[in-house]
Amino acid sequence: MSVPSGVVVVGASAAGLATAEALRRKGYRGEVSVVGAEPHLPYDRPPLSKQVLSGAWDPKRARLRTEETLAALRAEFVLGDPAVALDAGSRTVRTASGRVLGGDAVVVATGLRPRTLPGQDGLSGVHVLRTLDDALALRGELKESVRVVVVGEGVLGAEIAATARGLGAEVTMAGPQPAPLAAQLGPMVAELLADLHAERGVALRLGAGVTGLTGQDGRVTGVRLGTGEVLPADVVVVAIGAEPATGWLAGSGLRVADGVVCDSRCRAADGVYAAGDVARWEHATLGSLRLENRTNAVEQALAVADNILGAERHYTPVPYFWTDQFDAKIHVFGLPSATAEVSVVEGDPAGRRFVALYREDGRATGVLGWNMPKQARLHRQELVAAVTPAV
Amino acid sequence: MKVTVDEDKCCGAGQCVLLAPDVFDQREDDGIVVLLDAAPPEELHAAVREAAAVCPAAAIDVDENA
Repeated sequence: MSVPSGVVVVGASAAGLATAEALRRKGYRGEVSVVGAEPHLPYDRPPLSKQVLSGAWDPKRARLRTEETLAALRAEFVLGDPAVALDAGSRTVRTASGRVLGGDAVVVATGLRPRTLPGQDGLSGVHVLRTLDDALALRGELKESVRVVVVGEGVLGAEIAATARGLGAEVTMAGPQPAPLAAQLGPMVAELLADLHAERGVALRLGAGVTGLTGQDGRVTGVRLGTGEVLPADVVVVAIGAEPATGWLAGSGLRVADGVVCDSRCRAADGVYAAGDVARWEHATLGSLRLENRTNAVEQALAVADNILGAERHYTPVPYFWTDQFDAKIHVFGLPSATAEVSVVEGDPAGRRFVALYREDGRATGVLGWNMPKQARLHRQELVAAVTPAV
Repeated sequence: MKVTVDEDKCCGAGQCVLLAPDVFDQREDDGIVVLLDAAPPEELHAAVREAAAVCPAAAIDVDENA
């Protein structure tokens, strides 16, 4: 493919911004437009459940770039105007306000939409956490002694529970897994997380599904469990996962199946690419993947930018995410699973400082560090051979 | 080129060390970034720019005009 005369990036968060920046860094001089649903300049999402929610950071600190840096990019930012349609054949994007943007290349980087519980929309006091506005709305309700129920025991739910507890709220974490992150990290680490949350005063009501919410006069009053029990709540946070934001792609001609389906070069159609949380692509050694993490947003954007410029690069990252909960800083490389065999290769779980190696069928599949970031990163090398395709 | 790091933002991912080990390291105890060379030589500039781009905590700043 020849170098495109214009690129339209749909999504103005980490992946979208990184695409635009990488194109410029590689010397691309054509037009670049970045379309964002939110009115804000690009900001970082990981701090939303931690530093922004706790109030430790002014929201401005979460901005990814200064206005001057963005201006120097020579990209047109169309913000507060979500894309509502794409025609993949003509590579034309239409926005809610009726604007039409066309390019020789289009990048889909629209991220995720949080899942919700039935009936939550009509009730005040019920929150999700995906955007800066979500974080600020929730922060406004988190005070000492407020009864907060976090529905969801994954990364986001566990981080929100820890932050809310740190602000003095009476926090309960609910969800169907036996311990936080059990499905992702397996029983050994999940039980340590459960101990940590319990020690810090988070009430764990795990192992039972949540069926709905109770309310009075338009305000939430509790969370109903599958057992029939109701957990009383002044504030409820729903963190039960998210879906790729692909609704706007209906009729686009792109294949959508839990994400925008791409080939090994992150290409969804001729001249159309996807990056970040929304992208499902064929990893040469790990198979069909969609990763919801911050590092992937940028690394995949770099691969997309290379490929827009004609590189034919296969995207084969070693997956990575981290999570901070209370004083635990957990770093995860590769794809650990609940069924993997887990062995401690450095440190001691009893001292809450260790590195664990995950193995399946005798092959290393994941590395997890608990308060040992550097050592975990060094053990990452054990995954590289398994993940990097033979040339 | 002048490189600065924000230790308070750093999450200890170590992605910068993987890309530019002559410029970045991590502290042994908490994994926070250690800047080895604030004015790296030109042959490392591309790697440093990529490290700044992929830093998942946006903790690395590169001033191209310094």
